[in-house]
Amino acid sequence: MKNMWFHLMPYKELPDDFRKQNPSVWVDINSELLDAEQVHAHYHEFLDELEYAGDVGFDAICVNEHHQNGYGLMPSPNLMAASLARRTDAPMICVMGNSLALYNPPTRVAEEFAMLDCLSGGRLIAGFPVGTPMDTVFCYGQNPSKLRERYYEAHDIVMKAWQTSETFSFNGRFNQLRYVNVWPRPLQKPHPPVWIPGGGSVETWHWCAEMDYVYCYLSYGGYKLGLATMQGFWEEMDRLGKDRNPYRAGFLQFVGVADSYKEAYDLYKEPAEYFYGRCLHVDPRWAAPAGYQTEATIRSKIKSQVALAAQGAQPGRRGLARDWDTILEEGYVVIGTPEQVAEQLTEVCTSLNVGHLMLLLQFGNMSSELTRENTTLYAEQVMPRIGALFDDQWQDHWWPTPMDNRATPKAVA
Amino acid sequence: MSEPRRFEIRVRGNPSRVLEAGGGNPVVFLAGLGGLPVWPPFLDTLAQQHRVLMPSLPGFPGAIEFRHLDSYLDWVVATLELLEGLDIETVDLIASSVAGALAAEVAALAPQRIRRLVLIAPFGHFDATDPSADIWAQPPGPDSIPALACANPERWKSIWEKPEDEDPVEWGILLTRAMEAAARFLFPLGDTGVVKRLGRIRQPVLLVRGAQDRVIPASHQAVFADAVSGPTTITTLEHAGHLVELDQPDQLAREITAFLLDQQSH
Repeated sequence: MKNMWFHLMPYKELPDDFRKQNPSVWVDINSELLDAEQVHAHYHEFLDELEYAGDVGFDAICVNEHHQNGYGLMPSPNLMAASLARRTDAPMICVMGNSLALYNPPTRVAEEFAMLDCLSGGRLIAGFPVGTPMDTVFCYGQNPSKLRERYYEAHDIVMKAWQTSETFSFNGRFNQLRYVNVWPRPLQKPHPPVWIPGGGSVETWHWCAEMDYVYCYLSYGGYKLGLATMQGFWEEMDRLGKDRNPYRAGFLQFVGVADSYKEAYDLYKEPAEYFYGRCLHVDPRWAAPAGYQTEATIRSKIKSQVALAAQGAQPGRRGLARDWDTILEEGYVVIGTPEQVAEQLTEVCTSLNVGHLMLLLQFGNMSSELTRENTTLYAEQVMPRIGALFDDQWQDHWWPTPMDNRATPKAVA
Repeated sequence: MSEPRRFEIRVRGNPSRVLEAGGGNPVVFLAGLGGLPVWPPFLDTLAQQHRVLMPSLPGFPGAIEFRHLDSYLDWVVATLELLEGLDIETVDLIASSVAGALAAEVAALAPQRIRRLVLIAPFGHFDATDPSADIWAQPPGPDSIPALACANPERWKSIWEKPEDEDPVEWGILLTRAMEAAARFLFPLGDTGVVKRLGRIRQPVLLVRGAQDRVIPASHQAVFADAVSGPTTITTLEHAGHLVELDQPDQLAREITAFLLDQQSH
């Protein structure tokens, strides 16, 4: 299996009373809370942490895109990925990803990802999220009714731009381009592996299956919540006649490792409560603009809630847990000794059947020192215990294929 | 409430429900925020003196398909086809809220079809110093849209009460779909640029708003009034929110009837 080190790049100085004093961490977050000198320090810490993860043997390092967001200081993940491509040599670079409908023209994504793939020597994983309603609809003013149509059209442009040798015209519903001919083209042929983060809609599962893309369930709700979604995904793959290769899927999990459970409990309490208490304090009015969810998804969600209720379960989700004991009880964060964490993650990956484990080993206001300790313990004592999972049975067809003789940047040499 | 007649017309190739009642001069009503799943009391009152027709804009209750309409021009043409489909040469057009932007556009571009125009808190304009509400960013839950739309949310709720024979999931989707359809031609600010074209409207215009409107500010009504070339009447009704037709059905019907009579005698 693959251990992938994921950074959200959270702003770490949100005040203690943030939730009480502010309506939202996202979209209309109070800009007076931001100290740009702190951001300067954060960026260097965060990039150091990602580079360190690459040094100690993580299979990939991952960045992502958010806008106007207090827990994601990365409106442009490509800038961060460019820096990482220069400063690392071994790990794959997963940009998770570029929200396709936000780029005008979408060939910009084809160009920048091609640049990253060339710069990194073919280490790029190209993530194509639709994007959250906060990022796309409210921060970038995308029409919620046209977002998905634009997304699919942008995807078609990017894939065609990467794979067509001739200059071509694209006459779409939303994009008209007379001369498409991106330079450079990606190093990986026919294109870098494409991964799609999704929130559990059946349409996205079908699309991933049809296009042979990796489906990533990136939730902050941990493995207990993820189980139902991933079970649904695999049942759908069965129906579509696809194999149960765990590398078809990715999953995000918060993890805290220490020498004892008690120590882990004490060390990771503050950063976890910071993340779930402040970073996930999102004004609910941004959650569901009409049109963002398709009617099919609305129907399927209501039906599954009705089915749950019929079985006597509580319909709908309980509110988000914000205190440490409930966070742990709900499985948002997995903590313990290396043995305990390895055991739990083996269970997580096996029950969800996920071969790409995306790990948040830095979360909330976790210090750089603790992040490094967590990363080191994981790399040295957890990874060896779980790294071989699935590999005797399955091949990862969705992993980058870097070139052999990569140039060594002077900064690393 | 009497039972209206019901028939279908085609708009941009797709079916649109038309409800009709009364007799006399033809008056067409285009429903506003959320559309109308049923014939409202307001139109019953109006139908006592007029032939009232309520066709459904694409995506609003009564007309399911709308995602083939990409550009604003597609929507304007669809609105024009809606009126053409009724097969009446000239009508008095009443439009509320989100539909007001399209009705004003059609009055500006195809004036021969519209005899007189009534706009109830129309969208179409945006002013950053006095902004309209963001109707697509409302708190979740069943009470938020009714409270936004009406001074008395119970009025909304009684219109939207699910009939026994309707599927609850599909009934709920009616409103989501209408909100999405409105987003399709108005998102993000509701500014369609129609104000630039209002000068082409030389017909008599009645501009109505509710004193408790939480969606469209009073200043927008003044912008419309200033821009229209024809004789303009401005009315503000007390104890009414954004959807005046739901909050004050009888009073609004009286105002409109008086306006139509008055403009007839001129």
